Amino acid sequence: MVELALPKNSRVQKGRHHPAPAGAQKVRTFKVYRYDPEGAENPRWDTYDVDIEACGPMVLDALIYIKNTMDPTLAFRRSCREGVCGSCAMNIGGRNTLACTHGWDEVPGQTCTISPLPHMPVIKDLVPDMTLFYAQYASIEPWLHTKTPEPQGEWLQTPADREKLDGLYECILCACCSTSCPSYWWNGDKYLGPAALLHAYRWLIDSRDEATGERLDDLEDPFKLYRCHTIMNCAQVCPKGLNPAKAIAEVKKMLVDRVV
Amino acid sequence: MTDFRTPRSRALGLGAAGHGVSHWIAERVSSVALIPLVLWGVFAALRLASSDYEMAVMWLASPINAVLLALLTVVSFMHMHSGMRVVVEDYIHRRLTKTGLLLLNLFVCALFGALALFSILKVALTGGAY
Repeated sequence: MVELALPKNSRVQKGRHHPAPAGAQKVRTFKVYRYDPEGAENPRWDTYDVDIEACGPMVLDALIYIKNTMDPTLAFRRSCREGVCGSCAMNIGGRNTLACTHGWDEVPGQTCTISPLPHMPVIKDLVPDMTLFYAQYASIEPWLHTKTPEPQGEWLQTPADREKLDGLYECILCACCSTSCPSYWWNGDKYLGPAALLHAYRWLIDSRDEATGERLDDLEDPFKLYRCHTIMNCAQVCPKGLNPAKAIAEVKKMLVDRVV
Repeated sequence: MTDFRTPRSRALGLGAAGHGVSHWIAERVSSVALIPLVLWGVFAALRLASSDYEMAVMWLASPINAVLLALLTVVSFMHMHSGMRVVVEDYIHRRLTKTGLLLLNLFVCALFGALALFSILKVALTGGAY
């Protein structure tokens, strides 16, 4: 749904300032979105002056530093701290990316602004509700569908066919792409979004899969697939360097191949 | 939590409509067709700008000019209709507003497209005001 202004109870207000610990030499300000579901207060921007000589190089290091030494109430998701789990996806300096692989020195300006993934319901602080996003991924049935009796060993695939999955299987479902897509913002309830569609294509071109037709049937829809207008934000923000927009274009080409 | 529908059920929604590819193809085909038609149209408009009324009527009486102008008009209105339709579907979510705007889009494009086409035929077949 297009909303030009945030609803009244979601407008972000000025929050608290947390000064750097005494004796800090080099300081960088982090402006962090805070929302506490327990209280009746609106979300707010808290600012933290972080002693950058005492913290690691990545934005995630700064967040962990804040949580450990300045404000234990800050909530965010993180796990692998090396860009393979996708937990710490958030909006950093106006761009969706992974906090663990994005250095705070890469963010221009004196203040580094951090907010949750855009246009997602917020559970607390930097933790968005990903339920529908995961359900959309599940809805494309991301597993091998076959009707031929199972072979004794593996389902075989030529190296050339295996190569077709490169650039697709690497997706870690961090949702940076989907939540940067205006079409997903306005129609996220019906449009599957770049991440789910990239995975849909990963199974469509799998040489071992036998449900290509059914998969295409499930995608041919003005909203599920065709809300993609090649805006390309997905390809621009993907922290793994993948190109969901191209995968979606390939799905559209497959649908054309069925009729032309 | 606002309801007890499972997330999977919400993601599946009403299921796939089973169409969309024809609309997508129609958009691309009309864009491709409009490239030469619009170039020709601009060229023709520039030439007509320096001629008088009788010259313009004579120009439109030529079958090739009349047919190309009719095609340019019809394809443009069809292309405009499908483009505007996508804009409405993208941004408007209230059912009544959306239906109203989709109908308005269709009716306006059909009305002006038909008027333009009829006018071209009238001049081409009957020689304008004469």
